[in-house]
Amino acid sequence: MSARRIVITSGKGGVGKTTTTANLGAALAKRGHSVVLVDTDIGLRNLDLVLGVEKRIVFDLVEVVEGRCQLRQALIRDKRFESLSMLPAAQTREKTAVSEEAMIRVIDELAEMAEYILIDCPAGIEHGFRNAIAGAREAIVVTTPEVSAIRDADRVVGKLTERHIPLRLIVNRIRPEMVKSGDMMSVEDVCQILSAELLGVIPDDEEVIDTTNRGEPIVLDETKRLAAIYMKIARRLEGELVPFTNLDSPNLLKQFFTLWKAG
Amino acid sequence: MVEFFRSLFRPERSSTTAKERLRLVLLSDHLSLAPDVIEALKADLFAVISRYVEIDASNADVSFEHREHDVAMTANIPILQLRPDRPPPPPPIVREPDPVTEAVAQSVAVDALEPEAMPPAGSGETVRPPANGSTPRRRRRRKPAQAPQVSQPQVS
Amino acid sequence: MRAFETAIETDAAVAPGAAVRRGRAIVITSGKGGVGKTTTTANVGAALAARGKRVALVDADVGLRNLDVVLGLESRVRHHLLDVLEEKVDLETALVRDKRNENLYLLAAAQSREKEDVDTAQMKALMAQLCETFDFVLIDCPAGIEMGFKNAVAGAHHAIIVCTPEVSAVRDADRVVGLLPSDWRPELIVNRLRPELVRKSKMLSVADVNDILRLPLLGVIADEPGLIVATNKGEPLAYDAASTTGAAYRAIAARLDGEDVSAPTVNTEAGLFGKIGAWLGGRA
Repeated sequence: MSARRIVITSGKGGVGKTTTTANLGAALAKRGHSVVLVDTDIGLRNLDLVLGVEKRIVFDLVEVVEGRCQLRQALIRDKRFESLSMLPAAQTREKTAVSEEAMIRVIDELAEMAEYILIDCPAGIEHGFRNAIAGAREAIVVTTPEVSAIRDADRVVGKLTERHIPLRLIVNRIRPEMVKSGDMMSVEDVCQILSAELLGVIPDDEEVIDTTNRGEPIVLDETKRLAAIYMKIARRLEGELVPFTNLDSPNLLKQFFTLWKAG
Repeated sequence: MVEFFRSLFRPERSSTTAKERLRLVLLSDHLSLAPDVIEALKADLFAVISRYVEIDASNADVSFEHREHDVAMTANIPILQLRPDRPPPPPPIVREPDPVTEAVAQSVAVDALEPEAMPPAGSGETVRPPANGSTPRRRRRRKPAQAPQVSQPQVS
Repeated sequence: MRAFETAIETDAAVAPGAAVRRGRAIVITSGKGGVGKTTTTANVGAALAARGKRVALVDADVGLRNLDVVLGLESRVRHHLLDVLEEKVDLETALVRDKRNENLYLLAAAQSREKEDVDTAQMKALMAQLCETFDFVLIDCPAGIEMGFKNAVAGAHHAIIVCTPEVSAVRDADRVVGLLPSDWRPELIVNRLRPELVRKSKMLSVADVNDILRLPLLGVIADEPGLIVATNKGEPLAYDAASTTGAAYRAIAARLDGEDVSAPTVNTEAGLFGKIGAWLGGRA
């Protein structure tokens, strides 16, 4: 089987890449797919912390690349989602410890083991970013509806397009009431500026802090609003046309329908 | 469903969980970021152990495991043999005689010989241990044998 | 004591020919992205300028510049850091003066270049040059610990760590502190605190964060939706006399300027909120 290789990137830091990687991965696993999450943020790893597996790390990406262990030995199988595994980054090395060629080899090997590979990209557009996109064939660009984030996402969209990597957009941390009052850009504004197809819209939710504190992806709790949203994003990723959630704003809803019809 | 019920009984606040997780993860990070400290630790550890046993230092190693509630160090040190010139074991610790314990010991010894030599338990009478170790003088007729109920002070 | 060295004649006497340093270069860094470095740089810079200090803000995020937007100066940027380093234009020409305060200047990042294009030695020299004419040089550091970070730190004498009360941010901040020169004593700003979540024990408190990082606390900024609006408009809240967030930034600036503002106490629950409330109320 050859997996779908998806990088989750943004340019701007702190917009929700890692949270999205963890939760989207968990959602896909919940839907029965085999998923591997890869943390490429060497030196500043956090996917392990967000997923709650930090205590189980034995080997990491750099050790795999340097041949000091087998890939299978480094993979951490999630105890809550049986088809979900994670390859941690190294904490004590630099991003230059891994080359783009080495990343491609690792992703190629992983592609034989799972249906989905989600690659968590570090912030920025330096060496770490280049490593993360090296093995990817698709991208999800995460942005918040703020000027700085959109500007950085735009730079990243440019770089992905240069490499002919198709991409879709997730707009994270939207606050419908601020969009309504005109204090925040709308999802449609963001999509227009970035000329990107929308994959998901995630509202700002303080529950994320609580669940990250515990290392429990929010998708674990089906009663949580965000869990349902991540599940929908997973379905869209599979190819299903899922309507966007009504975030209580007539303007938003109208825009979503337009976008939905557009594909 | 299970998660729903689990969430009802979640006792620990997430900020407490977060802090504890951070403490451990940073300890683990710091240990892996200080190879020179680890080398020094290993050298000292092997040196101390080598005083007692001969070890195969080239195959010895320490590792750190990030466990559920702590970070533990595991040392894997192949031992070849006991050293003949190893330091002798420390002498047994001789405790200063404790008056109360002594009294109890004495009373037990006396009971064994003269069941009526001791004051009744709880009578408030104490028997001073004679300096020369001889049996105490008789004070009162003893009631039927009871285990002495002198509370032992904590010996730390 | 946070007073910086001012230019005095004895300096020149001690080391004839050596450039007399007037100001201090401070890098604002975090490790984790999105915690508020750029917003902090802009606002603390604006607040210092409002106190009459000459301030230069340097955007070291080559390729992902944002300091210009946060300050509302994006349409005035003609030249950038790399133009100066590559001697295509002189420093004075590249510096953009703030719309509102003539003491505040911006040296923008290059947008279409890479961080690897910056030479560390050149960066150091440029920061030294800026310190000759400015009281404060605030360097907005990019996220991460790669080349961009190293270059931003290279030209600085001091660091401010910005951290949010979240596990990833604290972990990254800890890492960054370990990478700074060992003789530095970086100071901490805790950003985006949400007192109501801390009260419910759903968020780390300032005390929790600093129990781990153990840095001198420079300031605490509570989360405020108004900040998004301010960034969108390019109007730093430090200029807004009515804003409590602005007041918090002004207090930080006062502390950096050597003023003994009521020290933020990091104690528990009731005491903490009371203190922060009073402190954010503009009693700078």
